[in-house]
Amino acid sequence: MNEIGLTHILFVSTMLFFIGVYGFLTRKNMITMLMAVELILNSVNINFIAFNKYLYGDKLDGLFFTIFIITIAAAEAAVAIAIIINLYRNLKSIDVDDADIMKF
Amino acid sequence: MSSLNIVLIPLLPLAVFLLLGLFGRKYLSKFAGVIATFSVAVAAFLSLSTAYSYFFITGKTEGVYQKLEVMKFTWLQFAPNISIDMGMLIDPISVMMLVVVTFVSLMVHVFSLGYMKGEARYATYYAYLGLFTFSMLGLVLSTNIFQIYMFWELVGVSSFLLIGYYFEKPSAVAASKKAFIVTRFADLGFLIGILILGFNAETLDFGTLIQRLTDPTSTYLQGSVASSFLGISSLTWGLVMVFLGGAGKSAMFPFHIWLPDAMEGPTPVSALIHAATMVVAGVYLVARLFPVFSFDVAALDVVTYVGAFSAILAAVIACTQTDIKRVLAYSTMSQIGYMMFSLGVSRYGGEHGLGYMASMFHLFTHAFFKSLLFLGAGAVIHMVHSNEMSDMGGLRKSMPITHITFLIACLAIAGVPPFAGFFSKEEILLAAFHSNKLIYVLALFTSGLTAFYMFRLYFSIFWSKETQHTTDAHHDEHDHGEGTLSMKIPLIILGICAISSGFVPIASWITSDGLPLETHIDMAFSVAPVALGLGGILLALFLYKKANPRPDTIATSMGGFYRAAHRKFYMDELYLFITKKIIIKLVGRPAAWIDKNIVDGFMNFIAAVTALFSELIKGLQSGKLQQYAAYYFAGVLCFVLLFIYLWH
Amino acid sequence: MSNLTILILIPLITALTVLFAKTTAQIRWISLIGSVIQLAVAALLMKAYYAERAAGNTAQMLFEYRCNWFTPLNIEYYVGIDGISLVMIMMTAFVVVAGILISWKVETLTKEFFFLLLMLSMGAYGFFISLDLFTLFFFLEVAVIPKFLLIGIWGSGKKEYSAMKLALMLMGGSALVMVGILATYFNSDTGNGAHTFDLLKIAAQQIPYNAQLFIFPLLFVGFGVFTALFPFHTWVPDGHSSAPTAGSMFLAGISMKLGGYGCLRVATYLMPQAAEHYSGIIVLLATIAIVYGAFATLMQKDLKYINAYSSVSHCGFILLGIGMMTKTALIGAVMQMVSHGVMTALFFGAIGMIYERTHTREVEKLGGLLKTIPFLATIYIISGLCSLGLPGLSGFVSEMTIFMGAWQRPDAYHRIATILSCASIVVTAVYILRAAGKAMMGPITNEHYLHLEDATWNEKIASVVLTLGILAIGIAPFWLINLIEPDTQLIMNGIARGITGN
Repeated sequence: MNEIGLTHILFVSTMLFFIGVYGFLTRKNMITMLMAVELILNSVNINFIAFNKYLYGDKLDGLFFTIFIITIAAAEAAVAIAIIINLYRNLKSIDVDDADIMKF
Repeated sequence: MSSLNIVLIPLLPLAVFLLLGLFGRKYLSKFAGVIATFSVAVAAFLSLSTAYSYFFITGKTEGVYQKLEVMKFTWLQFAPNISIDMGMLIDPISVMMLVVVTFVSLMVHVFSLGYMKGEARYATYYAYLGLFTFSMLGLVLSTNIFQIYMFWELVGVSSFLLIGYYFEKPSAVAASKKAFIVTRFADLGFLIGILILGFNAETLDFGTLIQRLTDPTSTYLQGSVASSFLGISSLTWGLVMVFLGGAGKSAMFPFHIWLPDAMEGPTPVSALIHAATMVVAGVYLVARLFPVFSFDVAALDVVTYVGAFSAILAAVIACTQTDIKRVLAYSTMSQIGYMMFSLGVSRYGGEHGLGYMASMFHLFTHAFFKSLLFLGAGAVIHMVHSNEMSDMGGLRKSMPITHITFLIACLAIAGVPPFAGFFSKEEILLAAFHSNKLIYVLALFTSGLTAFYMFRLYFSIFWSKETQHTTDAHHDEHDHGEGTLSMKIPLIILGICAISSGFVPIASWITSDGLPLETHIDMAFSVAPVALGLGGILLALFLYKKANPRPDTIATSMGGFYRAAHRKFYMDELYLFITKKIIIKLVGRPAAWIDKNIVDGFMNFIAAVTALFSELIKGLQSGKLQQYAAYYFAGVLCFVLLFIYLWH
Repeated sequence: MSNLTILILIPLITALTVLFAKTTAQIRWISLIGSVIQLAVAALLMKAYYAERAAGNTAQMLFEYRCNWFTPLNIEYYVGIDGISLVMIMMTAFVVVAGILISWKVETLTKEFFFLLLMLSMGAYGFFISLDLFTLFFFLEVAVIPKFLLIGIWGSGKKEYSAMKLALMLMGGSALVMVGILATYFNSDTGNGAHTFDLLKIAAQQIPYNAQLFIFPLLFVGFGVFTALFPFHTWVPDGHSSAPTAGSMFLAGISMKLGGYGCLRVATYLMPQAAEHYSGIIVLLATIAIVYGAFATLMQKDLKYINAYSSVSHCGFILLGIGMMTKTALIGAVMQMVSHGVMTALFFGAIGMIYERTHTREVEKLGGLLKTIPFLATIYIISGLCSLGLPGLSGFVSEMTIFMGAWQRPDAYHRIATILSCASIVVTAVYILRAAGKAMMGPITNEHYLHLEDATWNEKIASVVLTLGILAIGIAPFWLINLIEPDTQLIMNGIARGITGN
């Protein structure tokens, strides 16, 4: 019990994941929502690292995946911010509820 | 009797129809009449030569007239045994009909040269006449019961076209529709009859069918007698159904209502179609199937009673009509009734077949004097420009030829010796006398009535009010006088036929079994009908020779009965009630309503339900990103829970 | 002429060429020439067919051609014709030529209009020659879509509603067909465990009886929607009356026949036992359609509605012929498809041409047209007479064949159905003569009618072409029967084998 185990780390990442989900569902500002998405991604990263270390210590697959996700996240942030800027130009707002023209 | 000649007989009028129908209006309107008349004249000549060689040279084998099939090919094969064959059947009755049809048609063609002159659709008129003549000839020559049905429909449609010739007159259109629809309704019976008989005998060919259904040992006959529906054998059903078709065409009760209205057509057409040829098609049909009918007394009884009832009903109505063509129409119906019950009281072979012979004899003579009456009426209408008796009178001086020929025809139809009608009617009465006394009495009474209403017509046209029109005629330069030569010649020729056709020895040619039949006029027997006929004439003379109030007084004293007869016993009203009130209101309108509201409504209901459902759930598609994400996560959560639940 | 694909290629190429045409005149002439070539090809095909048969080729399908389309699922492009498809192709070719001639004056979006007409005809040709169920379904869909646009864009009256209704109901029908075809596919067996869409192979093996009982209704009702099976006929009146003239002609003349052909070729041919099992219901529905359609027609006031409802009644005869399950009746059903195709196209053509001049189709408002436009009125009357079954015209032959075939069923149920159907021809006479008597004959009701122009050359040719078709069947039906008879015999063999093998 004096060593930090896999369970502890998974608990942290799960907390992080749900904080991200909560943020994504409740924040109205798109930038904040983007940050929430980053939290979710990072929770996944933590999982990868943790599993890699505790279960397959002799392999590096988890690390590779983490780096891959960080790259994706960077690209995604660029695309997302581009979309947000475009939305702002059109709607004069970055409130997600204002961007609801794609409905029935 | 070469077969080419016979094939040409119907094809000539057909060629005329095609030629005039396609090119007549534009190119041939001047010559249409001449072309058509010439080709029918050739056809008539060929028919006469065919008749001559059939009756005198080639027709008989061992003293019996044979049925010859001149040509035959399969037109439509339904099943291995059942096919519509197109062919030409030459036997005594078809040869006789050939002569009658082409001859009367020729007379009508000639008459129309003058009568229809100057009509805008002159060529069309002759085209239609050609179509009719072709169809009628095809009908009489048919070898196959389905072939006869086809030509049956074709004469129906040519009659429709000719009645509706003056198509701008609503009454003519209504009459043509009525004629077509009423006969079509009767033809439904004919069609079902064909189906019943055809499938019982497993053939549609007349020869085979008659042979199979008249041989007591054949399984076909036994089968059709054994199988029954509503307690009536299928043979009887079949025959009665076929007779229904015949009754429709021949204007028998209760399908007679179209005939008087059909007088809306040009008068020569009435002479051809509604007096001499098409309306006797029903009689011809029964005669054609007579060997089968003679096996089934029940069916023959139906023929007898329908015929006799129609004869007397029509005669009573004819006494009250004032439109001369309608009087003639009812008289036609009455005479056809004679022919029908004469067939009905007849049996097959020898002396028992007297009625059959008499019926054919009457058909033959009637064709001449009735078409003469119609053509005469046509000449009168041509001059007076009216169909009403009250507009006529005293015409005997201004139209001498019409007057004399009309008188001859009236004497013939009244059965005064030695005119044609006398001989044929005597045979019919004799046949009735020997088999059914009730029918005999009815027939005798009808013959008296016939004489009365025909002479009522005659006196009203040619006597009655004196000189009124003759003086008019001199001052009216638009008046045609008695008509052109082409109108007089047919009258004269037909007049001669009306006198002489009674002496044609039909009995030795046309009998139920093909053997000659010995007939003799029994003086004692003739006394009653002739006396009644003369009585009818005298009564008409007394009432109508001079304009006087007596007819009106009598009409008034008859009260309701006169009114009912005058209104044709309300048959038209009854039909109108059935069609308008029952069929249209109770069947047609609900059907249309159900279609619009229930069947289509159901489809629209499905569409509406779909739309409603979509209205309910479309709120889910809100466009709000976070809602979608929430659904997504909820979905994932559900799956996870489900997964965990199933895992255990 | 051994490659049937040309039948699909000609309309396709014509349609594509039309897209590149510059002027309206070019569009018209290209379409006309394309359709005339197609008619000539169809005639040559017929000649080749006769030659093959005369040479003793007894194969069920001639001019077969197959190539793989999608091997994993055994989907093939597989075409071939027998007598039945041949007469349907001929009929289609006639109707297409006439339809294009009659649309000569379409001024709005001409290019698109002719393009769609040609695509529709391509779908029909493809459908009639397909021997692979998947190909068949493909072409069925190709033939449906253009109708929606034709009605929705060039139609009249409540055209959007009608177009939508027609498209949805037909799509519903084809959805059922799709399910049926897939079910057939998964019940088929080529011997090595693989499934097949090949029509002949499926017919040769037998689909299990229980599967047939399930699949047959799907296919029959699905195709039945196309051919106005009661109670799925309600798209017919609305669709026809809203469609442009050529649209109505194609709709009634060609696409309603797709359904009848499908009912016969796919449903009945592949599932004979189930067809026998359900024949009582088919006869019942067909009789209802015939009688009730006729009575519903009596109450219609618009020339197009009259003809549309009478189409319901007449197409009922097709289904009646199939439901009676006798060879004569089947022959009659095929003849009725051909006959009604040509006749109703002529009928709608005449109505369209009259409407173009009078600007009304209300029977009550018309009158005396025989006087002012004799040619068109005569054409109307001729098609009317054909509709009411006048001997010498095509309707008589096919209806009588069906009655004859139907009467071969001796039990009371079938007899009553037959008699009721026979009775409908009287009602037909009533409604046809009512319309003709009021609109064509009678006094002229409108001053304006005195100055109407009679048919132009293109309209005359169109009418004459179709009239010749009617006469060819009506006067000499034997050639048609000779073409159809051997193939209906094969279908009957299948039915007989299916019943005894059970």
